[in-house]
Amino acid sequence: MTGVTPADRAYLDYAGFAPVDPRVLAVMRPFFEAGIGNPSARHSLGAEARESLDAARTKVARLCGGAVSGVIFTSGATEAINLAIRGAALAARDRRRGHIVLSAVEHISVINACRDLEKSGATLTFVPVDAEGRIDPAAVGSAVTADTGLISIGAANGEIGTLQSVTEIGRIAASAGVPLHVDAVGALGRMPLAVESMGIDLLSLSANDLYGPPGTGALWVRPGLRLTPMMLGGGQENGCRSGTENLPGVVGLGVAAELMRTEAAHGENARLVELRDRLRKGLLEAIPDCRLTGPATARLPHHLSIVVRGVKADSMLLDLDLVGVAASAGSACAALTETPSHVLRAIGCAREELDGPLCFTLGRWTTASDVDTVLDRVPPIVSRLRTLTAFTPR
Amino acid sequence: MAQAPRVFNPDKQIDCTGLFCPMPIVKTREAIKHMARGQVLEMLSDDPASEADMKSWSQITGNELISIDRDDAVFRFLVRKTG
Repeated sequence: MTGVTPADRAYLDYAGFAPVDPRVLAVMRPFFEAGIGNPSARHSLGAEARESLDAARTKVARLCGGAVSGVIFTSGATEAINLAIRGAALAARDRRRGHIVLSAVEHISVINACRDLEKSGATLTFVPVDAEGRIDPAAVGSAVTADTGLISIGAANGEIGTLQSVTEIGRIAASAGVPLHVDAVGALGRMPLAVESMGIDLLSLSANDLYGPPGTGALWVRPGLRLTPMMLGGGQENGCRSGTENLPGVVGLGVAAELMRTEAAHGENARLVELRDRLRKGLLEAIPDCRLTGPATARLPHHLSIVVRGVKADSMLLDLDLVGVAASAGSACAALTETPSHVLRAIGCAREELDGPLCFTLGRWTTASDVDTVLDRVPPIVSRLRTLTAFTPR
Repeated sequence: MAQAPRVFNPDKQIDCTGLFCPMPIVKTREAIKHMARGQVLEMLSDDPASEADMKSWSQITGNELISIDRDDAVFRFLVRKTG
């Protein structure tokens, strides 16, 4: 329809969806086909399933840097986040600690899980961020009261790429005796994160974010922390998440976690930073009146976000798609409501900037030629759209 | 239960209780799309964030947010299609 051949496309929406690594797919396949499916089954295939489940748990725990017994498999990051927040908050409420501290730039799944608790009596404190989206750890400390039952912070921001000082926030949470949940989507394997050494009590992750299968995720829970389950049934996953485990998905997540660790050790993040920085420099030079959102360094290695004045994100994305460039506006929620993203508002973007966010996320198969494609095709589209809206760059 | 005085008889009502952002706004936008200019929509929501969201949405889209009433946890928004 668009006249762009697949080879001519530049896919730069890895945060939206990442292709599953073929090595992951190859390991998953027998689990669909050979009857090795139910770890609770008492026949020999069940035993094999149990072993595979345990092996995957070990690999995920290794990537998180914590105890193997802490890993609970879920249907994705949203479920992990809901289980962490609702599970920990409901358990804390029994101890009359119904206050939750979160930041103003959390993912919508974190915000909505907290808002739902607010409806039944929880109180929330949103910690503000600076102009680059950074949370001041001291502000988290000041927000904590005697009633605080949970702190929830995203390790890295999905819209503007900002990395948070998780170690410091962990220290503050530990000294206050309040459980800390870290939403590690986007961050795990891309920044230093280790639950044990950083004092993280709950960490949620998505398999697809690690080039694993969609529909799979996990929550790491510090052993001993009380969690009220959301999914009731046969008591799988230590009673925290009932339902027969999605074994092909879980095994895929295990392999994906292992690959993420080894690729990071072999310089994958440095490769992404180099490509990303060239893309940033090229775009900012070629497009007048546009700027980076989030910090230039101390940001996710695969993440570039900009705001372009005088054009709407939707128009840019549609036009980019026609020339074979897949990007995003950073926030699906904002796109649905046509209201400015809460993250861009929290970092104090000017009104004329709120309409035009563009987000490029790179990944394992991004090449220098993808960057060239974007640099070649994006600036003319912006100028053309600006002509239509009669916007004159300053 | 105190009833807010009904100055406007809404032409259409939607109940978004139990839903969270973005759904109250998505459903409001959808309902407004099928209404005539000048007509009034009543939207109910118990999402604590919907007050700020509705203010921001109506400002951006140019629709008139006539009133916001609150009955316990439930917000009642009246919006006139002017955008």
